[in-house]
Amino acid sequence: MSEGRGNTRISSVFARLRAAGKKAFIPYLMAGDPDLATTGERILLLERCGADIIELGVPFSDPLADGPTIQAAAERALTAGVTLQKVIAFTREMRRQTQVPLVFMTYYNLIFRYGEERFVRDAAEAGVDGVIIPDLPPDEAKNLLRLSGQSGKKEKKERLLDTIFLIAPTSTKERIRTVAAACSGFVYYVSMTGITGSRLTIDRALQDHLALIRQATDKPVAVGFGVAKAEDARALGSFADGVIVGSALVKKFHEEPAGAERFIKELREAI
Amino acid sequence: MPDTKGYFGRYGGRFVPETLIPALQELESAYAEIRKDRIFKRELAHLQTTYVGRPTPLYFAKRLSEKLGGAKIYLKREDLAHTGAHKINNALGQALLAKRMGKKRLVAETGAGQHGVATATGAALTGLECEIYMGAVDVQRQALNVFRMKLLGARLNEVSLGSRTLKDAINEGLRDWTTNVRTTHYVMGTVFGPHPFPSLVRDFQAVIGQEAKRQILRAEGRLPDYLIACVGGGSNAMGLFNAFIKTGVSMIGVEAGGKGIESGEHAARFAGGSIGVLQGTKSYLLQDRDGNVLGTHSVSAGLDYAAVGPEHAFFKDAGRVRYTYANDDEALSAFGLLSRTEGIIPALESSHAVAEAVKLAPTLPCDRIIIVNLSGRGDKDVQQVARLQGVELHV
Repeated sequence: MSEGRGNTRISSVFARLRAAGKKAFIPYLMAGDPDLATTGERILLLERCGADIIELGVPFSDPLADGPTIQAAAERALTAGVTLQKVIAFTREMRRQTQVPLVFMTYYNLIFRYGEERFVRDAAEAGVDGVIIPDLPPDEAKNLLRLSGQSGKKEKKERLLDTIFLIAPTSTKERIRTVAAACSGFVYYVSMTGITGSRLTIDRALQDHLALIRQATDKPVAVGFGVAKAEDARALGSFADGVIVGSALVKKFHEEPAGAERFIKELREAI
Repeated sequence: MPDTKGYFGRYGGRFVPETLIPALQELESAYAEIRKDRIFKRELAHLQTTYVGRPTPLYFAKRLSEKLGGAKIYLKREDLAHTGAHKINNALGQALLAKRMGKKRLVAETGAGQHGVATATGAALTGLECEIYMGAVDVQRQALNVFRMKLLGARLNEVSLGSRTLKDAINEGLRDWTTNVRTTHYVMGTVFGPHPFPSLVRDFQAVIGQEAKRQILRAEGRLPDYLIACVGGGSNAMGLFNAFIKTGVSMIGVEAGGKGIESGEHAARFAGGSIGVLQGTKSYLLQDRDGNVLGTHSVSAGLDYAAVGPEHAFFKDAGRVRYTYANDDEALSAFGLLSRTEGIIPALESSHAVAEAVKLAPTLPCDRIIIVNLSGRGDKDVQQVARLQGVELHV
């Protein structure tokens, strides 16, 4: 099951952090908001400020799992003409300047339309490390899992892409096992029943549920959705392996770009 | 059909965020339970008779048939069901199911407002809270239904995102469900969305075809030659077709041709779309080269949608149903024709089905029989049609 672990860029990051007793800071950017050149600069800024992995949103017209902040960012990126193909090409260019792990976060129709096989090949070749597809549960991802190297022929030693699936607060023990088994790189725990950018409550229930996930898997678990400030990140970082910050950062970059670097540094220090 | 994973051939499935998966599994098993439950079935049947007014009549449209000079046209009068459209069949069934599942609240999307009104009605009847999502464009063109929903005690949320029509209302409804999934049931209004909705909604609507089959056998002593229904998501069509799938009856689904396929301003998924995944299911979809969903246009809010139910996609590929479209102008003309010749003002959605009958009937001999599903009544559209004719009503 975990044949590729230990040798992808993402799993190396977690191994290194775990050995050092540290947690991963995983910021999210919408690719092409407001344009790809700016996204490139921001990736480098994030890396300089200590981001361990960067999630790159690929804009889709109907982002079902996203709140108003990321919806608006996707609309801006689509208006700027950004497509999956362009973000793959952009990643290829970025690889000349940075080796920070890049994970695409997008919706299934874009990948389905592009062709799953072609996507995995092109993305891997361009230097994309993993993919998060909120509307693709593992039950519908057999083909993608096979293509990316999660299952299939034994001799296929090299994983092409890490596949990161979401576990939710509503997930039963059985679902946790199913989803965790399909994950490679890390497991994405959604902090709340809701959409991105909703209000986060860090409570006993969240910790209990995280404990259930720990029982089911030894893969790293990163928590996201609703992490708005350094205190949230600090609290989550105390019991998760990584903290994902999306809407709050997208909003900061859009509304107050001059303050973004300070915000990023606060988050980094908190985790 | 569908298979255990919710597929009709290659269409269907369950493409939703993980948060909703347990709720869909719960719904699937609750639904399997009530299908075998005599008490539930008796309660639903009782309400269908005493509350909805079923069976709805199958009416021989003699003057329309004579005027067109060909096949005999029968109308399945879903417009006479309580709240004025077939939507109540499904909304009532799901409201009872939600109540049994212990849910406190219903959310739903609506396009023309008929499903919103039906869900608000089901909520009032069962004592559940109700919240409806409706695109801002539709709120404007269906003002009457907006107020009806409020009268029925529902809270209405106007959606000003994306194309501000049905698709965007579904996105917002599903976001609400994702947030409140523990207490809330999402009442999908058509044979669309993640498994089990396409089959669940079909089964609650199947009463239309079951009645029509009995009624036509009584009236004519034989099955019809053609069934015609409009297809937005496709619930009224599936409701009528389902009982006839294994017969030799020809079936025609009519999509919204809008301003014409060439114009790009339409909602004819089979004529202008390709396979894609939207809002939980794999089906035909109007999308651009990159997989982003295209804007749609139809004079009828209920057909103004970029995707179509997965079972329709399956029937399309299998050749079991022929799919065509009627343009805005053809639908408006059928709207007027049926009103004048039969004294029945049809919904603009249903007018698309009537428009196809207007084309087909004259080409057939007079011993042929067509059943048109008159899925809803046109009161809600009067104001919009008046506006299109340059008349401003002050209501």
